[in-house]
Amino acid sequence: MALSSMWRQRAADATRPGLLATIRRIPPTAWFGFAVILLYGGAALLAPWVAPYGENEVVSQTPFAPWGAEFWLGTDQLGRDFLSRIIFGARNSIGIALVTTILAFLIGGTLGIVAATMRGWTDQILSRLVDSLMSIPDLIFTLMLLAIFGSSVFNLIVIIAVIDATRVFRLARASAFNVVTLEFVEAAEARGEKLPWLVRQEILPNILPVLVSEFGLRFCFVFLSIAALSFLGVGLQPPMAEWGSMVRDNAALISSGDITPLIPAAAIALLTVGVNFVADWYLNETGGLSHDEG
Amino acid sequence: MMKVEDAKVEAGPDIFSVEDLRIEAQIGGRWAEIVKGISFQLKRGEVLGLVGESGAGKSTIGLAALGNVKQGCRIAGGRVSFRGQDLFASPENIRRKLRGTRIAYVAQSAAASFNPAKRLMDQVTEAAVKRGGQSKAEAKRNACRLFRALQLPDPEIFGDRYPHQVSGGQLQRAMAAMALICEPDLIVFDEPTTALDVTTQVEVLMAVRNAIETFGVAAIYITHDLAIVAQMADRIAVLRYGEIVEQGPTNQILENPRHSYTRSLWAVREILTEPSQKTRTLLRVDRVSAFYGLLQVLDDVSLEIGRAETVALVGESGSGKSTLGRLIAGLKEPESGSVTFDGVSCPPSVSTRSKELLRRIQIIYQSADTALNPRHTVRKIIGRPLSFYHGATGENREARIGELLKLVELDPAFADRLPGQLSGGQRQRVAIARALAANPELIVCDEITSALDQIVQADILKMLVSLQEKLGISYLFITHDIATVKAIANHVVVMHRGQIVEQGPKADVLSPPHPEYTQLLLSSVPEMTSGWLDKVISDRRKLAAA
Repeated sequence: MALSSMWRQRAADATRPGLLATIRRIPPTAWFGFAVILLYGGAALLAPWVAPYGENEVVSQTPFAPWGAEFWLGTDQLGRDFLSRIIFGARNSIGIALVTTILAFLIGGTLGIVAATMRGWTDQILSRLVDSLMSIPDLIFTLMLLAIFGSSVFNLIVIIAVIDATRVFRLARASAFNVVTLEFVEAAEARGEKLPWLVRQEILPNILPVLVSEFGLRFCFVFLSIAALSFLGVGLQPPMAEWGSMVRDNAALISSGDITPLIPAAAIALLTVGVNFVADWYLNETGGLSHDEG
Repeated sequence: MMKVEDAKVEAGPDIFSVEDLRIEAQIGGRWAEIVKGISFQLKRGEVLGLVGESGAGKSTIGLAALGNVKQGCRIAGGRVSFRGQDLFASPENIRRKLRGTRIAYVAQSAAASFNPAKRLMDQVTEAAVKRGGQSKAEAKRNACRLFRALQLPDPEIFGDRYPHQVSGGQLQRAMAAMALICEPDLIVFDEPTTALDVTTQVEVLMAVRNAIETFGVAAIYITHDLAIVAQMADRIAVLRYGEIVEQGPTNQILENPRHSYTRSLWAVREILTEPSQKTRTLLRVDRVSAFYGLLQVLDDVSLEIGRAETVALVGESGSGKSTLGRLIAGLKEPESGSVTFDGVSCPPSVSTRSKELLRRIQIIYQSADTALNPRHTVRKIIGRPLSFYHGATGENREARIGELLKLVELDPAFADRLPGQLSGGQRQRVAIARALAANPELIVCDEITSALDQIVQADILKMLVSLQEKLGISYLFITHDIATVKAIANHVVVMHRGQIVEQGPKADVLSPPHPEYTQLLLSSVPEMTSGWLDKVISDRRKLAAA
C-alpha cells in the first residue's frame, strides 16, 4: 500500500510542471475563448439572480420600448425586458445545445468506433445507413421530423442529435480506423479482450483529442441549427426565451434603424468564435490525429 | 571546366577533407552538439566506411559532405573542404552546382526518393542535363552504360520503366546510376542496402563495388553493419555519440580493434547457446495452408516446437513467416491443416479459443512503437494481462508488476511512464514483460530485435535466453537475421515463398550440404572478413559458368 501510494505521488509530481508549462503556453485567442465561455456559463447558471426582471414578466406597457436607464436594452414586442430575456435565453439555448451535442457524440462516437473495430458487415450496414441519412438535406429533414413528432424540447434534442450524430460517426470511424490497424489493438484482441474494452481502453483514448475538438465545433453547429429552427418558429416554443426566436420576434425594429434584434445574433456569433478558439488551441496542444507522442 | 586527365590522378592530395566539424541541433529549444569535432580525409578512389548505431550522427555527417544540414541543425565550427574549397564558406548556389554533379548522394530508401510519376530515365539523367552540361542524348547513352555496369536487366529499355515497375534492389541500383552519371569525385552512400533482403543486398553490394572500382570515385559509405562496410571500405571510422572512437584501415579495425565499443558492434555474433536435447512436443503445426484473398501465403507447412526450446523461423520478406506466427497466435485462420497445442487441437481464431489457451500462447511484435498503446502507462500495459488472465488486483498486482519489470531488467519506477518516454530497447522490454505477465508457455517473437541497435539486440537476446532457462518458455523466433539465429536457436526452419525448404537442429541446417535456397540465403549473409564479397562474387561466377 505504502509503495503504491508512493508511486502515485511520483506520477502526480511528474505531471505538475507539465500542467504549468501548458497553462503558460495558452495563446491569447484561447484565453479570450475561455473568458467568453465563462461569461456565458455564468449567465446561464446565475440567470435568476443576475437578470433584472423575470423571464416572462411583462414589465412595460409599451412594446418595443427604447434603451434607457430602467430597461437597458429596451423591451420586446410584448413589453418584456430584453436584457433579462437574453440572459435567460443563454440558459435555454446553451443548455439544450449542450445536451444535444453530448447525445450526438454518444450515439455517433460509439457507433463509429464499433464500426471501425468490427469492420465487415457491421461497418457496411452502419455506414450505408449514415450515408442515407446524410443524403437528405438537414434543415428540411429536421422540419419534416418535427412536423411528424411535434416540436417539444425533447423531440428537438433527439432529432438534432441523431442528425448530427451522422457527422460524428464519420469522423469517429475514420480516426478509429487509423488506430485499429496498429498492433496494440491486435495484441489486445490476441489477449482475448472483448469489444467494450477495445473501444473504451484501446481506441477511444487515442482518438479523444480529435473528438473533443470536434465537440467544440459541433456544439456551435447545433447551437446555430436550434437558433435557425426557432427563427423559423418550430424550435423552442414561446414563451421560453431563446436567442433565435428573439431575433425573429423583434426583426421589425431593424427597418427603423434599431440594432436591438442584432444583439442576440451577436451573442450567438461571439460564443461560436470563443468556442472555436478553444477548440483550435486544444487540437494544437494535443497534436490532433498523431498518436506517436505521449 | 575540369579536364579528364585530372580525374585519373591516383594517391596525390586529398580531394575531400573534414576538419574538426561540429554540428548543433535544436533539441527542446536549446542547441546541443550532435557532431563533436570530426576529422577525416579522402583521396581519389578511396572508400571510407562510417559505422555507428542509430543517433551516432552518421547521416548528419553524410549530408554535411554535400554541404547541407537538416532543418533545425547548424554548423557550429570546422571545415568541410572539397578540392580545397570550403563548402560551408561558399554561397548556396555554388554548393548546389556541386551536388549531383561533383558530389552525389545515394539514400537509404530509393522507393521514397524516386518520383513515382516519372520514368526512371528522366530522373536518372536530370542532374546531368540540367547541371552537368550533358546533352539529352549523351546523358541517355551514359545512363544505359551505367545500367549495364550495374547489371540491371535490359539496360537499353530499363529507363523506360516507372519506379513501381522495378524491384527494390533494382531501384537502389538505379539510384547508384543517378549518382554516377556525372562521374562525380565523391559519392555519399547512406545505408543503401538496409531496407533490402539479404539475397538482394548482395547483388546491390556487388554492383556498387564494381561501379566504385570502375569509375575510381571516392566514397563515404554509411552503415550500421560492420560486416557490410568490411566489404566496401578501405578505411573504417567508428562513430559514437557524434565522435569518432576509432579510425583505421579495414583489416586493422576488424582483426585488432582498439576500442571496446567497436567490438560491441558485433555483439550479437558473440552470443552462443548450447544445442539442447530433444524435448517433449508443445506445439505441432500440421500441413497448414493459408491465403490472403487469392494469394497463397502458406503452402502445406508443418513444424514442431518442443518445451523450453527456441525454434528460429528464417526467410525473406514475403516468405510467409509472419503469417505462420499470426496463425499460431490465432490471428489468421488457416484454409486447411491443423494446429495442436499440448496435445489439444486449437480452434482457428482468437474468438473461438478459450482464455486459457490464449494465455498460454503470447505474441511479441517487431515494432514496440505500435505494439504498445501510447496512452497507457507501463503499469496499465503490464497490469492488464495480470488482471485479465489471473484476476490479480491491488497490492498483489502492483507487486507482480514490479517483479515483471525487474525480470526484464527495468527499474520498477518505470511503471508510471508512457511508452513515448522510453527508448526503443526499453519499449521492447515492456512488450516482453506484457507477454510474460500471462505466464505463457509459448511466445511467438515476430522480428522483435530487428529494429534495434546491435548492443541492445544482444542484451535482449541474452535476456530471452536466461528467461527461458528460468521459466521454461518456448520461443518461435521469426527473423531474417542469420546472426540472431546462430545466437539463440536450437532448431531452425527455413521458409521460402510460403513453403518450408529445410528444417532441423541448428547445427545441421547451418552446415553443408544445403538445399539450393538455404545455400543462397546463407551465402548472402555478410561475414566479418574483408574478402567475403570477393569470394561470393567469384563463387557465383563459377556457378553461373558451370
